[in-house]
Amino acid sequence: MSLLSVKDLSYVYSQGTPFEHTAVDSVSFDVERGDFIGIIGHTGSGKSTLVQMLNGLLKPSAGAILLDNINIWDKPKEIRKIRFKVGLVFQYPEYQLFEETVEKDIAFGPTNMGLSESEIAQRVISAAQFVGLKQELLPKSPFDLSGGEKRRAAIAGVVAMDPDILILDEPCAGLDPLGRDVLLTQIYRYHKERGNTVLLVSHSMEDVASVCDKVLVMNKARMEMFDTSEKVFSQGEKLASMGLRIPQITAIMDSLIASGFPLPKGTLTVENAVRDITEYLKREGRL
Amino acid sequence: MRDITLGQYFPADSVLHRLDPRVKIVSLIAYIALIFCTFNYCSLAFAAVSVLTIVLLSKVPLKMYLKSLKVIIIIVIITSLLNLFYGTGEPIFQWWIIKVTWAGIHNAIFVCIRIVCLILLSSALTFTTSPTDLTDALERLMKPLKLLRIPVHEIAMMMTIALRFVPTLLEETDKIMAAQKARGADMESGNLIKRVKALVPVLVPLFVSAFRRAYELAVAMECRCYHGGDGRTRMKQLHMQVRDIWSVVFTLVVIAGVVLLNIFFHYVV
Repeated sequence: MSLLSVKDLSYVYSQGTPFEHTAVDSVSFDVERGDFIGIIGHTGSGKSTLVQMLNGLLKPSAGAILLDNINIWDKPKEIRKIRFKVGLVFQYPEYQLFEETVEKDIAFGPTNMGLSESEIAQRVISAAQFVGLKQELLPKSPFDLSGGEKRRAAIAGVVAMDPDILILDEPCAGLDPLGRDVLLTQIYRYHKERGNTVLLVSHSMEDVASVCDKVLVMNKARMEMFDTSEKVFSQGEKLASMGLRIPQITAIMDSLIASGFPLPKGTLTVENAVRDITEYLKREGRL
Repeated sequence: MRDITLGQYFPADSVLHRLDPRVKIVSLIAYIALIFCTFNYCSLAFAAVSVLTIVLLSKVPLKMYLKSLKVIIIIVIITSLLNLFYGTGEPIFQWWIIKVTWAGIHNAIFVCIRIVCLILLSSALTFTTSPTDLTDALERLMKPLKLLRIPVHEIAMMMTIALRFVPTLLEETDKIMAAQKARGADMESGNLIKRVKALVPVLVPLFVSAFRRAYELAVAMECRCYHGGDGRTRMKQLHMQVRDIWSVVFTLVVIAGVVLLNIFFHYVV
């Protein structure tokens, strides 16, 4: 049984008006417990609409979302409970901070869940640790933090709800290269240590390739591919036709293969590429 | 939140759209004054027909006008009823404290038609004039006030910026609300106090972002050497055209017509 099962999901904006526009068109896929899935697609391909349906912020025009085999819209009054189970971190989440202290802001989600105070305090501390937010920042005002720290605090606010599935919409947008590496590593560690399911929406193929096991490709409101990262990124031409590209290292390896070097297809990280090339050179006796 | 329409410009290719916005504003004021200076049914009908002509000339779908009328229909009904029951003279129908007189019926009809005409005319202005044209024209028209040391340019600039940021802030509100809902904020249930409290997580980030945007806009304007209205030239100069003169002529004809009808038929009602 899949943790999350999406069946023929569609979403139409402004239905019945001249501005009618289908953002998501009969998308079906299954998410297993412990998956780390990257969602990629061109701007306007329906990624954000899709993830907002997964946690019940948008009600699908057609189709169903089954969480633990239960349709999340069976009891519309209890949709908030779904939002605690499927945590969604929006793009630029730092703009949603509002409390007097970082601590209180992280506690907003858990408080809404109706947890006990001791439980909340514990969750705030562990969430802050998970996103790498220093303890001494907790009593500060969120507006006094630096950009990167604000982003972490906002992500911690969702992590503190301990959702079964964590969805992040472009978590690294606008961060410097070091900041994005650190944040990605932390998200990856969060996924490994807690065994939680993570969905990562991103424009950066490098980010997706470095952390995700599976990749879902959206194009013009439809799901084009859903497979392991290696398989998706070994179809460079198909991705290019959708305005997407493959990670730079995969492109380099592909052109090496095209020039006749017997290297494995679908290399996703620089480390793997180095390993494969060294192995090849050793085999050839050149190293 | 998206349903709020402000600055309801409706792009189309009509004479009214092409008219100088200054002419349109001044004419609007003239027409409003005129509608309240109709003293008998003949002049009222004449004014109403002129208003309908303008509405048709605007090439904006009648549905849009009906939409803007829908908003004020309750006001029209209430004022008509009040006028109906507070007429003076011989009652033709009386029940308890309710008394209907011929004067009351006339008043009710007049008020009803006048308000409808008023709304149709002002809608015609906002439908056919983009917000920027409107503020530009207001700035030009208020220029004489500069002599009284009223910062006309700054007021117009503030209006332009305010109008420009309405959709932006609405979108921002939508986003923040969705983000807080994702953290379990409950904005749909509870009593009034609870609901007001539930707005804090939306209002605080909204104000923060409004200030941030204001600051960024100010920096961007200074980077482009904006220093207020003095010595500032415009890309789009407003020029009176032949059609503007014809529109003024049309307005004058309507005014003359109403005045004449008022005089000749004053004994009818």
